[in-house]
Amino acid sequence: MASERKIGILAIQGDYEAHAKALDRLGAAHTYVRRAEDLAGLGGIILPGGESTTHLKVMKEEGLFDALKQFSANGGAFFGTCAGAILLAREVHNPPQASLGLLDISILRNGYGRQLASDVHLGPTKLHKEPLEMVFIRAPIIESVGEGIEVLAEDASHPVLVQKDRVLAATFHPELTNDATVHKHFLSLLPRNGKS
Amino acid sequence: MDLMNNNLWRVKVGLAEMLKGGVIMDVTNAEQARIAEEAGACSVMALERVPSDIRKEGGVARMAAPRVIREIMDTVSIPVMAKVRIGHFTEAQVLEALEVDYIDESEVLTPADEEHHVWKHGFKVPFVCGARNLGEALRRIAEGAAMIRTKGEAGSGNIVEAVRHMRAIVGQMKKLTTLGEEELVHEAKELGAPFELVEWVAKHGKLPVPNFSAGGVATPADAALVMHLGAEAVFVGSGIFKSSDPAQRARAIVRATTHYRDPKIVLEASEELGDAMKGLDVRQLEEKDLLQTRGW
Repeated sequence: MASERKIGILAIQGDYEAHAKALDRLGAAHTYVRRAEDLAGLGGIILPGGESTTHLKVMKEEGLFDALKQFSANGGAFFGTCAGAILLAREVHNPPQASLGLLDISILRNGYGRQLASDVHLGPTKLHKEPLEMVFIRAPIIESVGEGIEVLAEDASHPVLVQKDRVLAATFHPELTNDATVHKHFLSLLPRNGKS
Repeated sequence: MDLMNNNLWRVKVGLAEMLKGGVIMDVTNAEQARIAEEAGACSVMALERVPSDIRKEGGVARMAAPRVIREIMDTVSIPVMAKVRIGHFTEAQVLEALEVDYIDESEVLTPADEEHHVWKHGFKVPFVCGARNLGEALRRIAEGAAMIRTKGEAGSGNIVEAVRHMRAIVGQMKKLTTLGEEELVHEAKELGAPFELVEWVAKHGKLPVPNFSAGGVATPADAALVMHLGAEAVFVGSGIFKSSDPAQRARAIVRATTHYRDPKIVLEASEELGDAMKGLDVRQLEEKDLLQTRGW
């Protein structure tokens, strides 16, 4: 069971170390994923912040794009933050680009504008009573969500934390705060005993 | 350290965090920016001339024309950085008004002020600055730099200076972690850096901001080398668009940076490349021709 619950962190580029530290604080085992074979035996994967164009390019070169789709089909859990949320979306705008399409949302890259629009907000979440601290960095905006998508947090009337089944996506960076709420929630989505 | 304990500082450092493990490429026009983005660059640096041309042509090197920077911003979706002359805070204000994502206060351009660097805490846009050693890095962080890069010797195509600077910064940080409080006060004096920052480094064994490498990267193996030595991302200047095969070389350097721990992939990335930029023996350069000695 232990190995089935190990979490991969896509480590092509971006703030993957911040995610590793967040998982360390929760005592969750993790490993970095750079090639398709690194996915073997994992229960879930985190797609970190960074540049989605770079991630997409390298994922395709390494065969990770198709391997991640297969990983999802086999019941693996996904958590994408910012660039990771873009990679999970069904549809990407500004500009349109390929994505894994594992979550029925439509997303607008750099939705708030450039770096000068980056900011830290406090907002309500369904995960607990206290407001959640949300770090937005050149963040995307979720324009629309499909049927059955649960909105776990909103900011200025946009969904910013959404989930369906074992796929969780945040347009902000919980890994850049000391609040472990969102990562803890992701751990609850991992398959147990390797079964769906 | 209130200047470094607020949300603006967090998002400045936060963007640098997002660039880790990636390659930031120098570009002089929109077409080069497009090639860089397609090759997997995590950001591009807009400048008037790449460093090797500045070296060859001489004259005063300034901030790039806003029109060109805007064209680059309109062409790519990745963050766009641009360079200002050391101490030229109005060039920086112009770039902030233009809404670039990061400003490089760079020794590659002709300095505008030989005593003062820009007070970077006064800006909302984040800054990266070059450093040759830990003292210089911490002085720039004290002024508000949210990312540090080695200076190396820009436009030389020679990795030796970037290696020297990265080893100096990492070695000095290691040393700090072994010292007692009273020794740290002395060390702060020797480094010419604020005690609070010296103490922070002694406690954490790293810089309080991401530590990248720049200045002389020309091959995939160069990029992998500086990553091994402690760089968290790589800037490539003349190395890409002064080579015979920019798109292919750009892609190869991105790949080698992601997989720097895997020599087989660095080998794959190194194969079938054309000619790297010619490069200069830094020991043959005269003191007046060195870019790294600009700034303090």
